[in-house]
Amino acid sequence: MSAALDLSLYARPDDDGRLSLDLAVDGVTCGACIGRIEGAVKQLPGVAEARLNYTNRRLHVAWTQGALEPSRIIETLEAQGYHGHPFVALRAEEEEAAEARRLTRCVAVAGFAAMNIMLLSVSVWSGNVSDMTGETRDFFHWASALIALPAAAYAGRPFFASAWRALKARSTNMDVPISIGVTLALGMSLVETAHHAREAYFDSAIMLLFFLLVGRALEHAMRRRTRAVAGNLAALKAETANRFAGDDLVTVPVAALRAGDRLLVKPGERVPADGRIEAGRSEIDESLITGETARRAIAPGAIVYAGSLNYAGALTLTVTAAGGATLIDEIETLLEKAASAKSRAMRLADRASRIYAPVVHATAALTGIGWLLAGASLHDALVTAIAVLIITCPCALALAIPAVQVVASGALFRANVILNAGDAIERLAEADVVVFDKTGTLTLPEPRVVAPGSLDPELMQIAARLALSSRHPLAVAVAREAATRVPFDGAIEETGRGVRALVDGVEARLGSAAFCGLDEPASLPGLSHIYFAYGARSLAVAVAQSLRPDAIETVARLRALGLDLRILSGDRAEAVAPVAKALGITSWGAALTPADKISLIDNLKQIGRRVLMVGDGLNDAPSLAAAHVSLSPISAADLTQAQADAVFLGERLAPVADAIVIARRARRRMSENLWFAATYNAIAVPFAILGFVTPLIAALAMSGSSLTVTLNALRARGGRR
Amino acid sequence: MNVLVYLVPLALGLGLVGLFAFLWALRSGQYSDMDGAALRILQDDDVEK
Repeated sequence: MSAALDLSLYARPDDDGRLSLDLAVDGVTCGACIGRIEGAVKQLPGVAEARLNYTNRRLHVAWTQGALEPSRIIETLEAQGYHGHPFVALRAEEEEAAEARRLTRCVAVAGFAAMNIMLLSVSVWSGNVSDMTGETRDFFHWASALIALPAAAYAGRPFFASAWRALKARSTNMDVPISIGVTLALGMSLVETAHHAREAYFDSAIMLLFFLLVGRALEHAMRRRTRAVAGNLAALKAETANRFAGDDLVTVPVAALRAGDRLLVKPGERVPADGRIEAGRSEIDESLITGETARRAIAPGAIVYAGSLNYAGALTLTVTAAGGATLIDEIETLLEKAASAKSRAMRLADRASRIYAPVVHATAALTGIGWLLAGASLHDALVTAIAVLIITCPCALALAIPAVQVVASGALFRANVILNAGDAIERLAEADVVVFDKTGTLTLPEPRVVAPGSLDPELMQIAARLALSSRHPLAVAVAREAATRVPFDGAIEETGRGVRALVDGVEARLGSAAFCGLDEPASLPGLSHIYFAYGARSLAVAVAQSLRPDAIETVARLRALGLDLRILSGDRAEAVAPVAKALGITSWGAALTPADKISLIDNLKQIGRRVLMVGDGLNDAPSLAAAHVSLSPISAADLTQAQADAVFLGERLAPVADAIVIARRARRRMSENLWFAATYNAIAVPFAILGFVTPLIAALAMSGSSLTVTLNALRARGGRR
Repeated sequence: MNVLVYLVPLALGLGLVGLFAFLWALRSGQYSDMDGAALRILQDDDVEK
């Protein structure tokens, strides 16, 4: 690399007046890597601190200002065989980390309080059936109150705050009945204790908080883990651009680009930002933007979009829009419309709580009134009514769905699917139509050599090794077939023509037909050729978009799951037809604009179908937003990924089918859990109404139902596949 | 049973010590890299050879 890497955008001053940098490190596989990486980085001059977080694969380095050029850190990592990518933690991620610490503190406080109060309560329960004196019992109750009240005030804040927000917005959520139940249970116990009663509910209230907090903390931890992986992947993907600084070239992160910057785009690189071509002629592949696989010839004055792949020649361009502004107007308007018209399906948990809260509160009120009418004292009627509220406090109900979500998102994570939206699991399970984009979704994002096995293996190996010296996209496809990663010495690339080298004293040339001295045959649609000449022998290598390796099996699996499959592509019909035929998909559309795709999806929605859209291009972003649920591969355009409910990793298509299987299993567990919680209430409430519920029964019933629901949620994990 | 008057607060006090120890460990970042901690203990790079 001739251009120096400028990392000043990422280096931040820390509290001790040093500069610090966070890097997402790729290639960390074992414990020995920790020592090797930290050891090597600490050797650098001025480095005060280097610490690798093995859990999220991030390296934190701090150094004395001015003592170290930050690009040296990345070079040091490269020398050790790792790739470091500068990384700025998103605001959302930092806020989530703070929230996680707050939740863990609440869990700790609630756990401490629950254990100590239970200790006192068990003594009271056994004392009540033996010879405990009233004074001792009062002392134990007051001790419980002393622990319970501050603990609830501290650990209950997440629920109280959320319930208050819901009430202020004139709606209700699961936290409203929880807060009412806990507050009333504590209040009543306090009054009962003051009146020397035999029973108090301090233990129930705190145990309820503890269980719910554990559920919430687990849910949060899972979300943070997937968020951290997604953040690393974003850092790994973040590209750099070669910016002119006077006559020199400086490599800067794409995030540092501003409108008006002049950039150099070499062959084989992606265009880093929208811009106007100033100099150079080339062909560019815009399949990530439009889905169109045929290349477009460009000349000075042409407009190019970020994400296009430069094929032939070096281009100089002036940035017109950088960073978040990178967007085609048409897609922007469509996206806004699709997002606002989207009526999000109401989440299962919200639906359940909306029915639940009024029913429970009405039952408690009727119980109180009923006992009053039956002639009980006001005190007894109130105690019974509150007992109904405590026994129905939606412990099981509040855990029923989050517990399944935690287990299912763990299973999805292992299947290489990263969730963006928490409720995506429910919507994935409901999908009955899958609409695929073609380019980059059903096919691999990069072109591959067609039928490499049919070519002369010896010649092919020489060609592939020679191709290692070129960054031209066709040569990159050929280089994938190489058995070694070591290029030939003295290979020379002639930009726009090809690459040549002396191999065992004979000249080998890889590139255009003219460069290799060969005649160019008539070209076939969808195929590109690259030529290889070695002495008198020659080879024409066909390169084309190819299907993902397991596309055919996965499509068959999806069909077996009862899904209706379609392809909607922006590419030409002659490119889409063979793919549809190979996969056995009869319903497909080609040459569609983003607006066409949305209207086709809307038609499906209107006849009551639930559409899962799988797509990667910028042209798919609006349809991803319009669909019931959406997936996109990790190679997708940034904007498209942001619209998708989940992102899948790797070359295989299997995660799409796995995601649906896991989501459907999770959905079954969710409804089982909801039914269980309902049944539990149906049995427990009559006892509470009749006044049979003691604190001991309440404690047993609540912990029993919470455990059952959690254990059932673990079944969403399923076997391997 | 007068012994309870100071035994119960004593038990609570011991529990509180544990709680504060946990909160301190949480604050000092000992739970931020759970996988790394398991591997770091096997390193002997602090031993002078």
